[in-house]
Amino acid sequence: MKGLESAGSPHWAPPTSIRGVMLHVLLALIPGVLAHWYFFGIGILIQIILAVSFALLFEAAALKLRGRDMRLFLTDLSAPLTAVLFALCLPPLLPWWASMTGMFFAIVVAKHLYGGLGHNPFNPAMVGYAVVLISFPVHATHWLAPAGIAMYTPDFQDVIRAILFQIPPGGMTWDAISEATPLDVIRTGASQGIMIPEIRGDAIFGDFGGRGWEWIANCYALGGLFLLWRKVITWHVPVAMILATIIASSPFWLANPDVHPAPLEHVFTGGLILGAFFIATDPVSGCTTRRGKWIFGIGVGLLTLVIRRWGSFPDGVAFAVLLMNMAAPFIDRHVNPRTFGK
Amino acid sequence: MTAALPEKFGERLWRFPGGLRLRHFKQMACQSAIQRIKPAGLHRVQLDQQCGPEPTFVVEPGQTVLAGEPIARGSDPLSVTLHAPTSGTVVAIEQRPTLHASARPGPCVIIEADGKDHWFSYPKLDQSASRQVLLEALAERGVVGLGGALFPSHAKLGGGDQDSVLILNGAECEPYIACDEMLMRERPEQIVRGAELMLKALGSSRCVIGIEDTMGGVRRTLMDAVKRLGLKALISVVKVPTIYPEGGERQLIKVLTGLEVPSGGLPIDLGLICHNVATAAATHEALANGAACISRVSTVTGPAIEKPGNFEARIGTPLQRLISAAGGMKSDVSRLVIGGPMMGFTVKDTSTGITKAANCVLALDWEETRRKQPQMPCIRCGRCEDVCPASLQPQKLYFFAREENYERMQADDLFDCIECGACAYVCPSHIPLVDYYRHGKAEIKHRREEAIRATRSRQRFEARERRIAAKEQARQQRLESRKKKLNAGGPDGDAVAAAVARAKERKAATKPATKEPEQ
Ligand code: SF4
Ligand code: SF4
Repeated sequence: MKGLESAGSPHWAPPTSIRGVMLHVLLALIPGVLAHWYFFGIGILIQIILAVSFALLFEAAALKLRGRDMRLFLTDLSAPLTAVLFALCLPPLLPWWASMTGMFFAIVVAKHLYGGLGHNPFNPAMVGYAVVLISFPVHATHWLAPAGIAMYTPDFQDVIRAILFQIPPGGMTWDAISEATPLDVIRTGASQGIMIPEIRGDAIFGDFGGRGWEWIANCYALGGLFLLWRKVITWHVPVAMILATIIASSPFWLANPDVHPAPLEHVFTGGLILGAFFIATDPVSGCTTRRGKWIFGIGVGLLTLVIRRWGSFPDGVAFAVLLMNMAAPFIDRHVNPRTFGK
Repeated sequence: MTAALPEKFGERLWRFPGGLRLRHFKQMACQSAIQRIKPAGLHRVQLDQQCGPEPTFVVEPGQTVLAGEPIARGSDPLSVTLHAPTSGTVVAIEQRPTLHASARPGPCVIIEADGKDHWFSYPKLDQSASRQVLLEALAERGVVGLGGALFPSHAKLGGGDQDSVLILNGAECEPYIACDEMLMRERPEQIVRGAELMLKALGSSRCVIGIEDTMGGVRRTLMDAVKRLGLKALISVVKVPTIYPEGGERQLIKVLTGLEVPSGGLPIDLGLICHNVATAAATHEALANGAACISRVSTVTGPAIEKPGNFEARIGTPLQRLISAAGGMKSDVSRLVIGGPMMGFTVKDTSTGITKAANCVLALDWEETRRKQPQMPCIRCGRCEDVCPASLQPQKLYFFAREENYERMQADDLFDCIECGACAYVCPSHIPLVDYYRHGKAEIKHRREEAIRATRSRQRFEARERRIAAKEQARQQRLESRKKKLNAGGPDGDAVAAAVARAKERKAATKPATKEPEQ
């Protein structure tokens, strides 16, 4: 019989693909993006479009230079996912060149210089974000006030002008429209000796986290549950990370609630939920083994707290992830599951 | 050693690590009863259908044989006799491609059926026969593990004792395969009686039949047979969850008993003997009916088969006949697989005869078939690890395989991999992981053999050196002692001196001729 193939087992068509996995993660981000849009305006969409375009451009160039199969790797959706995760960390009016720089470091340096898909020791999105944060500290912290307390929500034209030409919207100054993030507020407040309950009186705070921020976090968590349900991620990292954050911040808060934020505030402000479900779960730069995932998640949670408390950046998730990325290969080497029958 | 076995089976079930829930597609082949395929035309029976040493042919071309007449025998304790599948003439004994993953040629006997199907019968045996008689009869009548392993049944059963527990595996390992389920539905008494005979051959009195929980009604059918035959005290039937690879021996044992067969060990280390339900039925046929094991039920199925079903065919029946019996293959067939979609192997030549291991002939179409390309890089997602029933780290093994670091592969328990294919199936990068493991295992075995061969030849060399040295030493000693004797100065000292002088002279005379050319 001609036409019959011979091949090794298994013979069944596999149920998943890289593209399928990435697509799932992208879909799971939709609620969070929508919430972001609601609270901070259309800027996030523009940032996503920009970052994805830069990412694909750099990805194509890198693939071309490295002589890789363009069609295969350009359509695996890994670069767009990196771009979207990166964009979600940015303030909505970040200038385009900052985004481009970030994407260059994410795609070209963090990903392709290390060997491309599957070989990057560091999470590319977080590398990109860290570069932006360090190189353009002023722009990277120009956050807007969330809907509900904002005096002014920039419209589409404002956003475009701000991103492309750095013209502050509504004829105001940057200082006037930008608003510190809740974590910034806590930080500066604490450094001035203001008590937490008092700081929390600020309109920028919501029920347990930052106003708006907590709802965005809820939406990310929703997406995370979708990923868990679809078995795209396992529960180990998110659970380990959130539990570690809660458990490690509880004693401080119980001992002195005046100077330490409550555990749930830690969880629902900043990028912790996004990080727990979408960033620390990145397979390539994280741990593979089940026990390794536990250690990884706990590490990210603890380091985030440490950086938030003592570091020089208000939110520590990105740096915590990058630090644990460094440890991941080491952790994986030392936690081996017990082989069946041994 | 049986201390840790549960008192009663089925009260509690355990879980094995990893595993997958797969769509199973069994009903596809279960629409009609098992059909018999009449022996006709040429049957190609391969010699290699039992693990252990190959037997040697005891027939010659031109000879006529009866169905069930021995055609090959061995003298090793593990040997199992092979029989003619039907009555007819031995046309040829020659090397032909065999039904094996490698499709390598091997010795086959070609028998042309005479259409009469006259039988050669063995004496019927029953419970009154001694354990030894039953074990010998199993070997002589060709009973091997029909689950696919082809392990000689008499050897397994002979290794147990009165405390051993017989586990009958009725959990079909893979999707599509339905022959065991059909057998349990249609011939429960054969299986139960076979189990009783197996217990007798084992010398024990405890048997549990494990079936999958998706096999509706099978438990009832089997239990009814057990009750009818009055064997309730000996045999129980337990449903286990359908998780791939539940039908794997080690996995089923874990689920039923909570015990793990030690790595590199056998079920018997736990006091367990594991047999397939089809083997139990064959045991009954061979012992109680005196019919050698020359047929089996195979499922012929798959998306590229017109009318899937289960067929009872004699060994050596060409695949083509089974496929035609199932209505033939559709035009979009991609692969023909012997076994299931996860662990089977592909064949191209449909004139190959089936063996006792051929539980399924699966024709896949392109849509259901795994593409060979493209393969993406490993993204370390760990899915492979999550499903591995051996708790290995498939992605690590894969990295070592790519580095050709076979020592690390072995150190990371490569040989505990059962090649179930779960890891490769779930891998989003579509990496053919099992291919790498098979290659690694072959390479390690090859190197081990090379090492053994090298040691052997070194030992041979050293032994030879030693022999030469010993000879030399002995010669020296002889010379010494002779010299001593002479020097000790027999009464005739001069005679010695004269002899020495003579020898010297002789040596001097021959010297030029024997002198080696100097470099
Ligand atoms: S499933 Fe595939 S991609 Fe994922 S870790 Fe295993 S080998 Fe790598
Ligand atoms: S093929 Fe081997 S490594 Fe892969 S899941 Fe099965 S036992 Fe584990």
